[in-house]
Amino acid sequence: MKWPALGYLRASSLDELWRALGEGAQILAGGQTLLATLAFRLSEPGTLVDITRIPELRGISVAGGVLRVGALTRHAELGRDALVARHAPLLTQAVPHIAHPAIRNRGTIGGSLAYADPAAELPACAVALDATLVLARAGGERRVKATEFFTGLLTTALEPGEIIAAVEFPLAGPSQRTVILEVARRSGDYAMTGLAAVLDLGADGRIASPRLTFFGVGEGPVLAARANAALEGRALDATAIAAAQAALDADLDPPADLHGPPAMKRHLCRVLLGRALQSFTPATEQAA
Amino acid sequence: MNDMPTPASIGLSREDLPNSYIGRSVPRPNLPKLVQGRATYTDDVVLPRMLHAAFLRSPHAHARIAAIRTEAALAVPGVVRVFTGADLAKVCDPWVAVLDHLKGMKSAPQHPLPLERATWQGEAVVAVLADTRAAAEDGVAALEVDWDPLPAQTDMETALDAGTVVIHPELGDNLVFTRTATKGDVDAAFAAAHKVVEATFVTGRHTGVTLEPRSIIADYNRADGTLTVHQATQAPHMMQTVYAKHLRMEEGQVRVICKDVGGSFGIKVHVYPDEVAVAAVARILGRPVKFIADRFESFASDIHARDHRIKARMAVEADGTIIGFDVDDLTGIGPYSVYPRTSAMEGNQVVNLVGGPYDFAHYRCTTRVVLQNKAPTCQYRAVGHPIATAVTEGLMEMAARELGMDPIELRRRNMIRDDAYPFTSPPGMRFEGLSHHASLDKLLEMVPVARIRADQEAQRKRGVYRGLGFAAFIELTNPSPFMYGIGGARISAQDGCTVRMDPDGSVVASSGVTEQGQGTEAILAQIVAHGVGVPVERVKIITGDTLNTPYGGGTWACRGAGIGGEAALQSALALKAQILEVAGAMLQAAPESLDIVMGHITDRATGAERMSLHELGRIVYFRGDTLPRDLPRELVQTRHFITKEYPFAFTNGIQACWAEVDTDTGMVKLLEHWVVEDCGRVVNPLLVDEQVRGGVVQGLGGALYEHCVYDERGNLLTTTMADYLVPMSAEMPDIHVGHVETPTKESLLGAKGAGEAGTAGAPGALMNAINDALAPLGAHVLEQPFTPARILAALGRF
Ligand SMILES: Cc1cc2nc3c(=O)[nH]c(=O)nc-3n(C[C@H](O)[C@H](O)[C@H](O)COP(=O)(O)OP(=O)(O)OC[C@H]3O[C@@H](n4cnc5c(N)ncnc54)[C@H](O)[C@@H]3O)c2cc1C
Repeated sequence: MKWPALGYLRASSLDELWRALGEGAQILAGGQTLLATLAFRLSEPGTLVDITRIPELRGISVAGGVLRVGALTRHAELGRDALVARHAPLLTQAVPHIAHPAIRNRGTIGGSLAYADPAAELPACAVALDATLVLARAGGERRVKATEFFTGLLTTALEPGEIIAAVEFPLAGPSQRTVILEVARRSGDYAMTGLAAVLDLGADGRIASPRLTFFGVGEGPVLAARANAALEGRALDATAIAAAQAALDADLDPPADLHGPPAMKRHLCRVLLGRALQSFTPATEQAA
Repeated sequence: MNDMPTPASIGLSREDLPNSYIGRSVPRPNLPKLVQGRATYTDDVVLPRMLHAAFLRSPHAHARIAAIRTEAALAVPGVVRVFTGADLAKVCDPWVAVLDHLKGMKSAPQHPLPLERATWQGEAVVAVLADTRAAAEDGVAALEVDWDPLPAQTDMETALDAGTVVIHPELGDNLVFTRTATKGDVDAAFAAAHKVVEATFVTGRHTGVTLEPRSIIADYNRADGTLTVHQATQAPHMMQTVYAKHLRMEEGQVRVICKDVGGSFGIKVHVYPDEVAVAAVARILGRPVKFIADRFESFASDIHARDHRIKARMAVEADGTIIGFDVDDLTGIGPYSVYPRTSAMEGNQVVNLVGGPYDFAHYRCTTRVVLQNKAPTCQYRAVGHPIATAVTEGLMEMAARELGMDPIELRRRNMIRDDAYPFTSPPGMRFEGLSHHASLDKLLEMVPVARIRADQEAQRKRGVYRGLGFAAFIELTNPSPFMYGIGGARISAQDGCTVRMDPDGSVVASSGVTEQGQGTEAILAQIVAHGVGVPVERVKIITGDTLNTPYGGGTWACRGAGIGGEAALQSALALKAQILEVAGAMLQAAPESLDIVMGHITDRATGAERMSLHELGRIVYFRGDTLPRDLPRELVQTRHFITKEYPFAFTNGIQACWAEVDTDTGMVKLLEHWVVEDCGRVVNPLLVDEQVRGGVVQGLGGALYEHCVYDERGNLLTTTMADYLVPMSAEMPDIHVGHVETPTKESLLGAKGAGEAGTAGAPGALMNAINDALAPLGAHVLEQPFTPARILAALGRF
């Protein structure tokens, strides 16, 4: 299908943006989701307001004990940034799973979080890393935890006239372990089921602050509260993994989709949980 | 054709000649144009006063059209006219897609736009014409249609039940066609058999996804009463007939042009009601009308294929000898048989092809072809072959397991002997010459079976499940009029080629076969260059224009090289003979003492150059006064070719697939794939190998990913490339291709088809590989596509 007729406006500063954001206006970032929905005629905005030239929304920096990633950071930039690799390695690990190179060259972290696809990697990583979103509007800014930002299927805490300006990630400590695993039909596809796993593994082999976050299995990222509780303070071993797998079922309420029934998704989540935690066990233990 | 000249008798075996192109990997001359974006697809054609069509498509699988209100649509800026089924019926007659030789076949009359009822979701119902496609879509959005939804018949298993929804009440029931082939005494033979293996196979409804969607521009010119149609089609002459017949014109008043076509796979060889609607609208408006299907429309209205459920049994002796097959095939084809080739062919092919590679005595195979409220199905690459092959080869592997026999040994024991030809198969297919044993031997040279089996053992101990699967197959190519012509369809089995030499010594060949990206023009150029004796760069090929090419069938069912290629070779040889006669007169030499090599007349004995074709052309065209008065001098020759001895030239081959199944996730990883096929003379090894690889990928796609999924109410759930998964390069294995060459004796060229071999065997080979991997776990899958959900369910994992 062809796009509906619409206006296009490029803002080169936040001030220009606030003036442009009115009735029927929609923000255009990388366009990798929005332009497809226009071609499906799923949305018919009056005007697209292009934010990609707004300098305030760019850049990656470390300040005040957090890693700040500007909303316009492209997936490809995120994947090759040294600060990200050092302070939030889960994001570096996640990028190769997002779509294909051409899409990663354009898609932005702000767009991914704002769209809130339940099968997308970055929303799950934001929850797993306990990130904070910096939301800006004309005349102000507020901070919202990722766990509170995603409110339902493709819905977020963004108010009309508000945008994501940046995302702040706590800096990874030396005992942090992260992995992202997914089952996707083809490389680059949205995951049938995915897991972004973050935890601290002490010198004593005990787990602290586990944040296993599943995606593709609910209305948004699913922080597996019961499975995480089952792991907290335990030594990372087969019994801990089994306990988390047993607890996991109550954390999940996956819908049926084209890939299969809810029972299959639950099964895949258990498999991913097992594989993720296995990957944190010392090599010697794995071999034994 | 009994005293046919052999290649040697006319010097074709001189493979060391510089212009000996047959059998060489000549790069495709049209490739730079395609990759540089300089091709001319139908959508690139822009005509003055052209309008764009968009269609309102039925949101329901089955519904009565109660009312259509067009006022709001007509008020949309840019919208010019709106047409309903009733409007078009005034200028366009409906069609009924049956063939006389498919006994008892029935289907309902189909109009370009339906008059009363929509019978599948996605059927075009109203056409909106506007200055741009976007405006036409705005117009569609403004149409108001009142629908009375009707119950839909979607499950083929219940299509023939009493009390079911009969889609076309005037037909009495939903049975379109049934045929049973029998040979021997199946009941008695099975009762006495050592072992009978049986299974129910399901092949998933899928479609051929072309890069270029269906595209058409129809232009009716009132000044001269002609209809010119630019169309992405495989069969321009067939379409010429269709437009003429249904728009009440003479065939000679209709011209069909297809320039570059971006893939076809059989999808573009059918008559689509929305495309006929475009032609009817152009006829009414006297203006060019363009319609380019978008991806939604492609998924909902391109033909689908392979929606079959097959219950099959095979009986064997204790030593593995096959006693026979007993097969019941059921297929749902949508609400209409597709015009003019019909939707009964696929089921009919299953009946013709099951058990194909093997020598056995007892056979019973029935197909029942039934109606459903889903998109129509019809011929897609390797029609029926992947189904028949998966059934046959699935049963072979089951029998091998039951008998404790090596699956390769079981096949070797039963394959038709290489010296047994001519051979007639139990369903009556006649084979001129196949090479099953030679192909199997060649495959075993390529596949390191012992190493693979050792690896399989070792990996199993680590909980990694890998499997090796085989699939032997036969493929029907070079069809004669027995395919369509005898059934009353005006689809030419004959093809022609006109070859001419221009004054500069360059050669132009126009052919009735067509190019859709597979390289038809490349092999025609090779054959003509070879036949005339000129560098291949000096040959230009014209295809895809009913006004400028000899009448022919186009490219489908693997006939481009075998039929079109032979016509090209014969016309090229005739032109060469004609040139040599002229040269003989000029050089005072006997024509037999001369030859043409790389654009030069040479002395056959010494190879000495006597004269360039350029010089010969100058004299013929500009100084004809210097030639003997009665010398025939037309440097243009036309030849036609049709097969005469056999209804089809069968080919054969065998594939092997090595795959790994993740038994926790149900994901299948393709590790390696091998194909040996025998397409007779290989004209261009590079192109044949790529045809085979592309075919394998499409076969693997259907077996692993591609699926047109409908819900029980007939709603299509897979309408984007995100839901309908095509195979991508990252998931594809290395595909090794080997050849055995058994040329057909029906032609000098000896070429058979190669385009469908890959697709025919790949799904069966993959199914067998998966089931070999799962065997130690007591699980197997027989329903395509083999999705993670199906594999995990078979393993009892959820
Ligand atoms: C073929 C394909 C495959 C894909 N596969 C994956 C995948 O596997 N995993 C994955 O995660 N994603 C995938 N994507 C989506 C891709 O990552 C998108 O780029 C991303 O989701 C959206 O980012 P964008 O910058 O392109 O946003 P846009 O498309 O420009 O916008 C998306 C939405 O977010 C809004 N928006 C954008 N920026 C902001 C902002 N700063 N503040 C507020 N609202 C904003 C827009 O108004 C719009 O509603 C895929 C896309 C395609 C086309």
